Amino acid sequence: MMGRLHLRERIRDRDQAIYGILLIAALIFPMTTMFVSGGSTAYISQAAHAGTWVLLAIGLNVVVGFAGLLDLGYAAFFAIGAYTYALFASTQLGSSPLHHNFHMPFWLMLILGMFVAAGFGALLGFPTLRLRGDYLAIVTLGFGEIVPQLSYNLPQWTGGINAIGNIDQPWLPGWVTGPWAGANNIAFVQGSNCRNPLDQTHFIPCFSFAFDPIAFYVLIVILIIGAVILVNNLYRSRLGRAWMAIREDEVAAAAMGINTVTTKLLAFAIGASFSGFAGAYYGAIFDLVSPDDFLFVVSITVLVMVVLGGMGNISGVIVGALAIYFVLNTLLPSLASNAQSLASTIGLGSLNAQQGDWPGLYGEVQRMQFLIFGLILVLIMLLRPQGLFPSRVREQELTHSAVQEEASVAEEGARP
Amino acid sequence: MSDTDNILVLTNLTKRFGGLVAVDNVSLNIKRGEVFALIGPNGAGKTTLFNNVTGLFQPTTGHVIFDGREITGAKPHQVAKLGIARTFQNIRLFDYMTCLDNVRVGRHVRMHAKLWDSLFKSRRERREEERVTGEAMELLKFVGISKQAHQYARNLPYGQQRRLEIARALATDPKLLLLDEPAAGFTPQEKVELMQLVKKILTRGITVFLIEHDMKVVMGISERIVVLDHGEKIAEGSPDEVRKDARVIEAYLGKSA
Repeated sequence: MMGRLHLRERIRDRDQAIYGILLIAALIFPMTTMFVSGGSTAYISQAAHAGTWVLLAIGLNVVVGFAGLLDLGYAAFFAIGAYTYALFASTQLGSSPLHHNFHMPFWLMLILGMFVAAGFGALLGFPTLRLRGDYLAIVTLGFGEIVPQLSYNLPQWTGGINAIGNIDQPWLPGWVTGPWAGANNIAFVQGSNCRNPLDQTHFIPCFSFAFDPIAFYVLIVILIIGAVILVNNLYRSRLGRAWMAIREDEVAAAAMGINTVTTKLLAFAIGASFSGFAGAYYGAIFDLVSPDDFLFVVSITVLVMVVLGGMGNISGVIVGALAIYFVLNTLLPSLASNAQSLASTIGLGSLNAQQGDWPGLYGEVQRMQFLIFGLILVLIMLLRPQGLFPSRVREQELTHSAVQEEASVAEEGARP
Repeated sequence: MSDTDNILVLTNLTKRFGGLVAVDNVSLNIKRGEVFALIGPNGAGKTTLFNNVTGLFQPTTGHVIFDGREITGAKPHQVAKLGIARTFQNIRLFDYMTCLDNVRVGRHVRMHAKLWDSLFKSRRERREEERVTGEAMELLKFVGISKQAHQYARNLPYGQQRRLEIARALATDPKLLLLDEPAAGFTPQEKVELMQLVKKILTRGITVFLIEHDMKVVMGISERIVVLDHGEKIAEGSPDEVRKDARVIEAYLGKSA
């Protein structure tokens, strides 16, 4: 039915508009930044990393935004996804008690990582989802601490503090090529660096991602689009409504015939599966999976993205994730040098010099990075307590005219 | 009386909370297609009895038999699926969902879409959604609030919230509808409308079991009444019989000097 709506009405629908803008931005972003920076792919690489966080935020939004379950250990599922890929796509298991290297293809592990994370989500959810509110949050917090601790302390499996490196790159058959193949077109022409999935000792010609930011960027954009479509479908379905009903009033939801335990379990498992996705991608693009990447601060950062973007609203959550990523990885690190040069331009260059207790403006701003981050968060939450783009009354399946028709019919039926 | 005449049978139902006996050895049976009322002073255990029937509480002893099936100790969602729907004394709507969605949640238990259907919007799922949206609009019209379909439930005036709760309960296709003080806080006009609505619900073949304080409403629509006091059943019968019962008068007005 949506397809029959006029363009104007579609644009009126703010969510659709945001999706449109995001999509266009995603398309022109690589060209623009390469043009501006004279062919550098540094920005694209940044964006490809940011995409991991977008996926995580979309997944956590299912748990926190839709079903209203506060999950403070979301990074654990991210870790599980990342380790699933890293273990089966590197030489790590060769030095484990298993004594056998696996080099599974990325695409298979993407799906497998999803299922493994979902499985752990269900495993954690099963005994804990009888808890409510704060109690559930504490248990998830504990789980979030256990997983990195396990990977620190099981070095024969996870490499422990030394992390897992040299992770296989994703690759596609050699004929898949195009503008997104970037510099690796050449790699393909030169030959081969991909293992035959059936006979893992032989190599076949292929198009390997080989750390090419453009290829990863295209991949993450496709993954995010897929995730948004799936989560949107869920949101507008029987299950999505059940989640929201549980969020609003669990007792009433149960009285309406919703099995609250399995419904919450599904929220946990589906939310976790997206971070499993994100984990496999992260392992591939970062080429290093270390317990340090999945600490409590990761869970909190994703939660901040969800809350700040607008809990429950998918497009808002995406914007929130991008905004926080930008602040954390671009704005804050460059703040110190920007402040320094600003001071010298406006004639306060003396501030830059170190003097007594004053470490100079550069050092001072650097020291205050996270104070500034906190201030930004507090400011946004004060100005927009519902998040940047809060969830709103859904556009309904019925068009405007249909609603008015119903309403006029209702006049007669209104008084029983 | 054969079992098929009774939609709900409670036998020796008791609910204890520690030392407090909230429902004390209550037996009653509700016939198909009647309006059965449960009355009693505040704290008599009426809502506790409802909660025992709908699975929110587990009875300490006794049995709940619905439609010829023992449902003692069943979970709330199982009870709803079998065909008992309810409203709440202190309205419990899904505040930040639209009225239409509130009713569609009620339809949940009669829907068949699996996770897979929902994820990929299968044709079956889309058809079901369309059908359910139509049915939900129909129910909103039935209770007279279809104009408010796209508003948040919390933004409705009080009377309409009560109606929405009834629509949501009806959406589960119940055989037995439990109404917990549906007329509380209503104006006389609204009470008349509510009574008409209950009669309309009866024509759908649904049995109504209600708790109500307002005697005019109770006497006006119910065929049989049970009176609870301190968790005990003290009277049962037609409105006229109950009105004249000495123990009922005592429970409500206190012992005469």
